Amino acid sequence: MEHYTMNLKLKVWRQKNSSAKGSFEAFEVTDISSEMSFLEMFDVLNERLINEGKDPITFDHDCREGICGACSMYVNGRAHGPWGKNTVCQLHMRAFKNGDTIVVEPWRSLAFPVIKDLVVDRSAFDKIMQAGGYVSVNTGNAVDANAIPVEKQKADESLFSASCIGCGACVAACPNGSAMLFVSAKVSQLALLPQGMPERKTRVLNMVTQMDKEGFGNCTNIYECEAVCPKGISVSNIARMNREYFGAGTTADE
Amino acid sequence: MGLDAKIPEGDLETKWKDYKSHVKLVNPTNKRKLEVIVIGTGLAGASAAASLGELGYKVKVFCFQDSPRRAHSIAAQGGINAAKNYQNDGDSVFRLFYDTVKGGDYRSREANVYRLAEVSAAIIDQCVAQGVPFAREYGGLLSNRSFGGTQVQRTFYAAGQTGQQLLLGAYSALERQVALGNVKMYSRHEMLDVVTIDGKARGIIARDLVSGKLERHFGHAVLLCSGGYGNVFYLSTNAMGSNVTAAWKAHKKGAYFGNPCFTQIHPTCIPVSGDHQSKLTLMSESLRNDGRIWVPKKKGDNRKPTDIPEEERDYYLERRYPAFGNLVPRDVASRAAKERCDEGYGVGTTKMAVYLDFADAIKRYGLIEVGKHNMKNADESTIIKLGKEVVEEKYGNLFEMYEKITGENPYNVPMRIYPAAHYTMGGLWVDYEMMTTVPGLYALGEANFSDHGANRLGASALMQGLADGYFVIPYTLGNYLAEEIRTPSIPVTHSAFEQTENEVRQRIEKLMSIKGTESVESFHKRLGNIMWDKCGMARNEEGLRSGIEEIKQLKNEFWSNVRIPGEINEMNFELDKAGRVADFIELGELMCMDALNRKESCGGHFREEMQTEEGEAKRDDDNYSYVAAWEYNEKGEEEMHKEKLHFDVVKPTQRSYK
Repeated sequence: MEHYTMNLKLKVWRQKNSSAKGSFEAFEVTDISSEMSFLEMFDVLNERLINEGKDPITFDHDCREGICGACSMYVNGRAHGPWGKNTVCQLHMRAFKNGDTIVVEPWRSLAFPVIKDLVVDRSAFDKIMQAGGYVSVNTGNAVDANAIPVEKQKADESLFSASCIGCGACVAACPNGSAMLFVSAKVSQLALLPQGMPERKTRVLNMVTQMDKEGFGNCTNIYECEAVCPKGISVSNIARMNREYFGAGTTADE
Repeated sequence: MGLDAKIPEGDLETKWKDYKSHVKLVNPTNKRKLEVIVIGTGLAGASAAASLGELGYKVKVFCFQDSPRRAHSIAAQGGINAAKNYQNDGDSVFRLFYDTVKGGDYRSREANVYRLAEVSAAIIDQCVAQGVPFAREYGGLLSNRSFGGTQVQRTFYAAGQTGQQLLLGAYSALERQVALGNVKMYSRHEMLDVVTIDGKARGIIARDLVSGKLERHFGHAVLLCSGGYGNVFYLSTNAMGSNVTAAWKAHKKGAYFGNPCFTQIHPTCIPVSGDHQSKLTLMSESLRNDGRIWVPKKKGDNRKPTDIPEEERDYYLERRYPAFGNLVPRDVASRAAKERCDEGYGVGTTKMAVYLDFADAIKRYGLIEVGKHNMKNADESTIIKLGKEVVEEKYGNLFEMYEKITGENPYNVPMRIYPAAHYTMGGLWVDYEMMTTVPGLYALGEANFSDHGANRLGASALMQGLADGYFVIPYTLGNYLAEEIRTPSIPVTHSAFEQTENEVRQRIEKLMSIKGTESVESFHKRLGNIMWDKCGMARNEEGLRSGIEEIKQLKNEFWSNVRIPGEINEMNFELDKAGRVADFIELGELMCMDALNRKESCGGHFREEMQTEEGEAKRDDDNYSYVAAWEYNEKGEEEMHKEKLHFDVVKPTQRSYK
C-alpha cells in the first residue's frame, strides 16, 4: 500500500454545552499521513490546539476498533464517513486526498441532544433496552446450555442482529430520526431464539412504546439507516419487528 | 498486617461446595437495606450488579462511558472457556484447572483457579438463557474451538465478537434490574476515591463527567470492577479510556496491589505504523487455530511474502514447539516473535512484524468443501474460493478489520502481526472471597490479581469476569454483609465523606493550576515508551533501575509542567485524562519495582538474566513462589508483603510446550 501525506481543511461543529448556540469552526491540518485513522487526525489537531492554548475538540471515542459504539461523527454529510460498514474510528485517512475539505458534525436528532462539540446524549437507547431488551432469567436459573437445540441458521441470523453496537448512526442518518433499526435488531435477536419466546409479545410492545416516548421518529422506508450501519444490520429486521408488533398487538392478553 | 487468603479447609474439589453450604446469609428483608456500589460495567461489573440486584440488594453502578454497554469487555473477540466437555475430547474441571495453573506458570492460587473451572460451565448455561447467540453446529448444539495452551476444544464463541455478545447479555440483565428499580445507573461518572470509615470501605467520591461536579455516594460495600491497566504502556489493545484510577485510589487507601509486573503481551496484534498511533488492535488468538506464523529464513528478505517459496520460510513456532505449534500460550508466542525480529528476520517496513498466513487453511478448507459437495476435478481457483468462504465465516469480521486498518487483503497476502500490551494479570490483591485488604472493598475481574498467575490463557478473561460477577460475589459478599445488617446507611454529610471530597477537589484544582506547556497525551506517550523499553516483553536489572529513575523524573515534570485546557465544572476530557495519567505514572514505578524484585522469569515476566539455554523462561520456585502484595504505607512508601503459594495438587515443573 502506497502511503502519502496531505493537507486538509476542516469545518467542525463547536458547541460549549447543551444550552449554548453552536457554530462551525474552520481549521487547517498539515502533513496528515494516509496511514492515520480519522480520530488520530483529530488527536494531532487537538494536540496543536492545546499547545496554542485553545480548547481541544471534544468527541466520544473509546475502543477505536469499531465495536464499543462510542464514536459518532457525521463526516461530509454521512454518519461515520465515506466508507461503508464502518465506524469513524476505523475510517483511515487514505479515504481522503490532499486539499480536501472535510465537514464534521455531531449526530443530529431530537432524541440525541448535543452535550458538547461532537458529543451527544444517547441515553435514550439505554431506556429502550430497559423497557424489554432482555430475557428475564435470574442468575442461576438456567438449564444446561445444550438442553435446547437452536437451528444453526436461526442462531446465525440472531447473531447478525445482535451485532448492533448501539452507536446511533441509524438515527442520525434517518431524515425522521427513527430508531427502528436499533430497536428491531434487539427485538429480532431475541425473537429468533427459543429463549426469547416467553416475553416475545410484551417485549416488542414495550420497546416500541418506549422508543416513541423518547422522541424518535417513524420509519418511512428510506433505508438510510442500513446504508450507514457499521455492522450492516439489515432493514429486514424492521420488517420482522413490524410483524412481531402487529402479531403482539392483536393477540396480547391484556 | 498479615495476609490471610482465607482459603477454606478441605480437599480442592470440595472447598467451594463447602464454603457455599456454610457461608453466612442475609435474609431478603435485610438485603433491601444494604447498599452496594459497583465501579465499572464490563463483564465483571455488569454481571455482579445484575446478580446482586436480583438478590435484592440496593445497587449503584458507575461507568465513565456514556452507556454501560461500552465497557471494554465488548472488544474481546475469540471466546470463553468452559469445562463442558461437549466435544468428548477429555476435558474436565480438573483439566481446565490444571491448564490454567500451568499456563499461569505456577504463580496463581490453586483454590481460586479450581473454583473458576468449577463455575465455568454454569456461565455458558446462564449466557445461553439470556439469549447470547453462540456459534452452533447444524444439529443445533453449541460449537467449540481451541485456544492457546490447551489440547482440548473448550472455547465457546460468537464469531469474532464473543466479548460483545457476552457483555450485551450482562448489560441486558443489568438494564432489567435498572428498570425494576434495584439498580441505579450512573453513566459518565468516574470514581475518584474510596471513602473509608473506621477502616471499612463505606462509599466513594465520584465526578460527574458532564457537569464536572463531585458527588458523594454511600455503600455498605464497594466493588471495583474497573478492569486492567494495560494503558500504562500508552500503546495497548485497551480502549482509550481504560485506566487504573479506581484501583490505584483503592491502593492508596490501603488495598494491597498484587504482582503489578505481571502483564500480558499479546502475540497477534496489528503492528505499529507510525508516531501518530493512538492504540493497537488485536487480531484474535482464535486465528492461530488456522493461521501459521512464519518469517523468512533469510535475514532482511525483502521479497513479497507470496514470492517466498515454502522451503525458505521458517515456521518458527512449529519448529520450536512441535507439540503445541502455533497454539503455544501467549507469553511464549510473543517472546518467540520478538526473538526472530531482534535477530533481524522481521518483515514489513519497520521489520518489527511476522507473518500470520492463512493460505494453507484456505486450501485445506477448500478441499473439504470440494469433498463435501462431491465436486470431482475442481480446479485450484474453485478450491481457493470455497476455502475463502469458510475462512470468512469463521473470522470474517477480523479480516475486515485488518483490511480497514492496513489497506491489505489478508485473504490474499499474509497478515503482519507483532506483540502488544493486552491484559494485566496483576491487580488488587484479594482473598478467596474477592475482598481486598480493606474490609468491605472488593475487586473483581481483571481489576484483581487472582486467577491467572503470571500468564493468562486465551478465552479465560471472559470466563473470570463472569465467574466473579455471576457466581462468586453473590455468595462471598453476603458473608460480609451479614455482619453489616445493623449498620444503617451512613449519611454522606459524615466528616469522612467531606474530608475525602476535599482531597479530591484539591487534587483537581492543583492539576488545573499547573498551567504548564506539555499536554497530558505527551506525558502519557513518554511514560509508555519508558514502560515498553524497560518493563515490557523483556526486563533486566539495569533497565528497571533506570526506568524507575526516569519515571520519577517524569512525575516531577508532569506535576510542574502539564497543560490542561478548559475548566473544572464542565465536560473536560483532558482533565479526566490528566488524573488517569498521573495515576499511571505512579503505577509504572511500582511495576518496575515489582519486576526488579522478582529475579526469576515466569509467564509474561521475563528477566533476561533468568533464562534457560534455549531462551525459555526460568522460574525460581525456591525463592519466588509467592504473590508480591504491595502496601502503600503510612509513610507514603511501597512495602512488599508475601503470600506464599502452596501447590498441593499440581506440582510445579518447568513449563514445556515442546
